[in-house]
Amino acid sequence: MVASMRASRRRWLPAVAVALAAGTVLGAGQLIGHSAPSSAASDMLGPGDVTVTLTIHHSHFDLSTIHVAPGTTVRFVVDNQDPINHELIVGDAEVQRIHELGTEAVHPPRPGEVSVPALTTAETTFYFADPGSVMYACHLPGHFRYGMSGYVDVGT
Amino acid sequence: MRARLAIASAVTALTVLATAVPAVACGGLVGENGTIQLERTTTLAAYHDGVEHYVTSFQFSGEGQAVGSIIPLPGVPSVVERGGDWTLQRLEREVAPPVSNQFAAAEATAAPRSDATVLYQTTIDALDITILQGGGTEVGKWAIDNGFLLTPDAPEVLDYYSQRSPIFMAARFDAAAAEARGQDSGDGTPIELTIPTDRPWVPLRILGLGLDADRPVQADVFLLTDNRPQLLAGSHGLELKRSEPANQQLLDDLRSDKNMDWVPSSEWFTYLAVNAKAGDLKYDLATSVDSSQRPMARDAGFTTHDLSLGRAPVPVPDPSAMAWWQWPVAVLMVGVAAIGLVIVFRRRPSWWRA
Repeated sequence: MVASMRASRRRWLPAVAVALAAGTVLGAGQLIGHSAPSSAASDMLGPGDVTVTLTIHHSHFDLSTIHVAPGTTVRFVVDNQDPINHELIVGDAEVQRIHELGTEAVHPPRPGEVSVPALTTAETTFYFADPGSVMYACHLPGHFRYGMSGYVDVGT
Repeated sequence: MRARLAIASAVTALTVLATAVPAVACGGLVGENGTIQLERTTTLAAYHDGVEHYVTSFQFSGEGQAVGSIIPLPGVPSVVERGGDWTLQRLEREVAPPVSNQFAAAEATAAPRSDATVLYQTTIDALDITILQGGGTEVGKWAIDNGFLLTPDAPEVLDYYSQRSPIFMAARFDAAAAEARGQDSGDGTPIELTIPTDRPWVPLRILGLGLDADRPVQADVFLLTDNRPQLLAGSHGLELKRSEPANQQLLDDLRSDKNMDWVPSSEWFTYLAVNAKAGDLKYDLATSVDSSQRPMARDAGFTTHDLSLGRAPVPVPDPSAMAWWQWPVAVLMVGVAAIGLVIVFRRRPSWWRA
């Protein structure tokens, strides 16, 4: 079973790598390809403590881009309106890669990582220290390539 | 009023499986160890005097403990029983080479309820069958709570179907039970449902569930109707392969199978092939056998919002029928020919007049 999952995930590794690379390249500037006006939080939040509510419906985050100032701690409130489980993983490319390849079905309380069971709400916090771009995504099998990802644009 | 309608179709089914660790595989189906797969789900639905006889077959292969499928239904079944053993194979043989997939029919009934309601449960061979009523979220939640794993596109697809029909059939294949019964991998289990309904339609979008957008979906759809049906699809990707009176041998063969005595003595046979990318297969097939009533766009999967945006279903092209422009051309040619004959007749030589 684990081998099967790994094989399945391995097939999508290139896509993840490309996406993560894009995030890295674009880290210091504006993001492209994820800036649909209706799904982007246009106002820059922070610095300090802020709360962002992410709604999941039909296996998509309602926000594709979030703008925060360096030195902002974001409390993510994730509202899963789907009848299936999801998760929110916030972190750099290495974090995303590990979760895309990983086998941890449920994540323990960890900054920027939270499992969101079906039709529930969960929370996690993440501190955005420096300017750049940080991805958030769901890495349950098939969810990332289905489009469950977004970016936190840490501006100046 | 719609005439009697019989739809024979093939469906690669839906979702799911029972497993502790989620995984993704062919058609959104994975077994506990990742090797069980739904080989094919074949369906025959027949509409006669307001009752649809719905026969579907589940065929699995691989190793593992459990795997399942969810299929939208046109209404609440009054009877769920084991179907005939070779009806579906006979239909497939009719359009040789053998088909790879098949379709089901469904239709709106009551409004979605706040919770999924289990209407009926039974076990047929190694299949645990549950008839559910509820909205997409409720049915999805029931599936998760009962050990099914839904692929990420399942919430949207379940909502899509529940807006028209809040009735679903969940089927779980128990590999251990199959082994105990001596059922070999790849053996099919036919299921027959008797469903009162008055507006059959054929779900196609369900075929792409769990598939990547660029993955091809190829399947076969069979229709048996009292009259030549009008067909309306959400988009292109359907090819009408056969449209003709059903031959008597086919009807006799179907009628002689178990629980198949409802097959009428005279029917119209239609065979369509689906060949589309999963990402493009966002529609269903609406049908009508009443010449005074066109198939409904809603039954092809279109909402009022879709129509307001200018999206519209397309008639399925019938290569055996004359195109619209061919009619005036034919009339014009007949007219020219008639005029020519008149002229020739008036100028005929004297020896002809004599």
